[in-house]
Amino acid sequence: MSIEIVNVSKRFGDFVALDSVSVSIPSGQLTALLGPSGGGKSTLLRIIAGLETADSGRIEIEGVDATKLSPQKRNVGFVFQHYAAFKHLSVARNVAFGLEIRKRPKDEIRERVHELLNLVHLSQFADRLPSQLSGGQRQRMALARALAVQPTVLLLDEPFGALDAKVRKELRDWLRRLHDEVHVTTVFVTHDQEEALEVADEIVVINEGRVEQIGSPDELYDSPANDFVMRFLGPVTELGDRLVRPHDLQLLTGGGEPDAVPGRITRITRVGFEIRVVVAVGEQLVTVTLTRNEFLSLGLQVGSEVQVRIAPEVGAVVGQPRLLGAV
Amino acid sequence: MTSTTLTPDRPATSRRPVRVGRPLTRVSGLGLGVAMMWFSLLVLIPLAAVVVTASAGGWSTFWQAVTNEQTAAAIELTVGTAFAVTLVNIVMGTMIAWVLVRDRFFGKRALEVLIDIPFALPTIVAGLVLLSLYGRNSPLGVDIANTRPAVFLAFLFVTLPFVVRTVQPVLAELERDVEEAAMSLGASRFTVFRRIILPSLTPAIAAGAALSFARGVSEYGSLVLLSGNLPMKTEVTSVRILSSIENDNLDSAAAVATILLAISFAVIVLLDVIQRRMVRRG
Repeated sequence: MSIEIVNVSKRFGDFVALDSVSVSIPSGQLTALLGPSGGGKSTLLRIIAGLETADSGRIEIEGVDATKLSPQKRNVGFVFQHYAAFKHLSVARNVAFGLEIRKRPKDEIRERVHELLNLVHLSQFADRLPSQLSGGQRQRMALARALAVQPTVLLLDEPFGALDAKVRKELRDWLRRLHDEVHVTTVFVTHDQEEALEVADEIVVINEGRVEQIGSPDELYDSPANDFVMRFLGPVTELGDRLVRPHDLQLLTGGGEPDAVPGRITRITRVGFEIRVVVAVGEQLVTVTLTRNEFLSLGLQVGSEVQVRIAPEVGAVVGQPRLLGAV
Repeated sequence: MTSTTLTPDRPATSRRPVRVGRPLTRVSGLGLGVAMMWFSLLVLIPLAAVVVTASAGGWSTFWQAVTNEQTAAAIELTVGTAFAVTLVNIVMGTMIAWVLVRDRFFGKRALEVLIDIPFALPTIVAGLVLLSLYGRNSPLGVDIANTRPAVFLAFLFVTLPFVVRTVQPVLAELERDVEEAAMSLGASRFTVFRRIILPSLTPAIAAGAALSFARGVSEYGSLVLLSGNLPMKTEVTSVRILSSIENDNLDSAAAVATILLAISFAVIVLLDVIQRRMVRRG
């Protein structure tokens, strides 16, 4: 295990940011700390970097107890949401900063900076100032700067949070590919479940200062430990007293499967390739999403009487306890 | 650089400032005219008049006035002290601004207000305060009346707010995550200050230093009482100019004024050059 977090707690006045959190982050992987804003995930990342100190608990990085180490000595690379560019230094000097601090020979610095700027596709901007770059380019520069010192772990705090949706998606793919090339243990904080599901090897869901669940994207999506994780990771709807994903529900027009309940369609909305059908089952409004083909083959209309049931092969249902894998 | 090979998919390359003069519209033409007239009436014409008066008696009169032993001593004292005071202000002013922005302590608000008192106080009142504190009957037992330290002290008093007030807002605007980034890259607190914070503050420090120097050179009210205006010893140029005028020696007064003008101008330009160089070097 590359980063070992043991019983870490942190308060800011009366506010409990982290409540005895323990997480093991594996080497060489891309791990996401996922959760709503104010849930404590950024605080945890800052404690790993030494930018914040834990009130109690222990942090180990690559087997070394880092709890009391200053941020300078932890050898972590940190990337901030708002880039934290050194505005008065050129892009190349920004990237070279950590190496200059370490008093590396000039030739070596030049070579390494060149290499890194190639890696983040910024070689033609080496002599620009950060203010002459776009947001996405600035964040790539910040990443190169953090990687320059060959950190044991790379920490990214909402790295794409300040970028617009399109750039964010591009950078997300790019980060995944970069990680496959560089293989440095990486932890990134995000509140965007899509981002976590798409990029991470492993996800740690954090809410109100506690770890809700740790697992691969598939595990979290298919077998959420509780209804918070289930709700946070994707759309949900309720059928009876059970929580289920709308795409895991089936609509039947024919008669009586034993586990199906009758209802009447009250609304049909088409969003791109998916059709959302709202079915009134007694007092309850249940949302069901269908593909366009499913929808057409059923020939549904507002007012149609249908049967609703949970698709038999579905795993992610909270309220009907299933055995979860080791969490 | 690559600004000639712009491609549409690389919008950031066009961010360089383009300096192309645009023809003035009616409104902006009027604005420029008013601004220039205002500036001319208040600054350019009076300054030109000073220089013209100074040169009226010819080069020899000018040279004589400036090299007069007493005048030369006054210029040396004024410029030297203003220079020393500015150096002190650069250090102390930055430090006070740092404390006001970064630290939380009891009485911070009060200190914020107190800093501005040298601005607000009529300088002659400042002179009285200094005289009663550091004069003959000093309650502190510090008597520097009629000595050069009196001039230094008076300059310090009136120039205190300049660097503080120019640095403070810039320091407050600095993003903390930039410093944290430098720290996690291995920079010590001192290195963070020298290589990250200081370059961002330099323009503000330079501006404050220029103001502080100019104010020192022109100071009159706060020091006349405490310094005693002893010729060759504690007489500053502003006092010297006044006494020249009182002796009906307008040429000499204008000559000294011109010298001060040239020195102030040189200092402001120099500070600007230093500032640019420091920012670039990082």
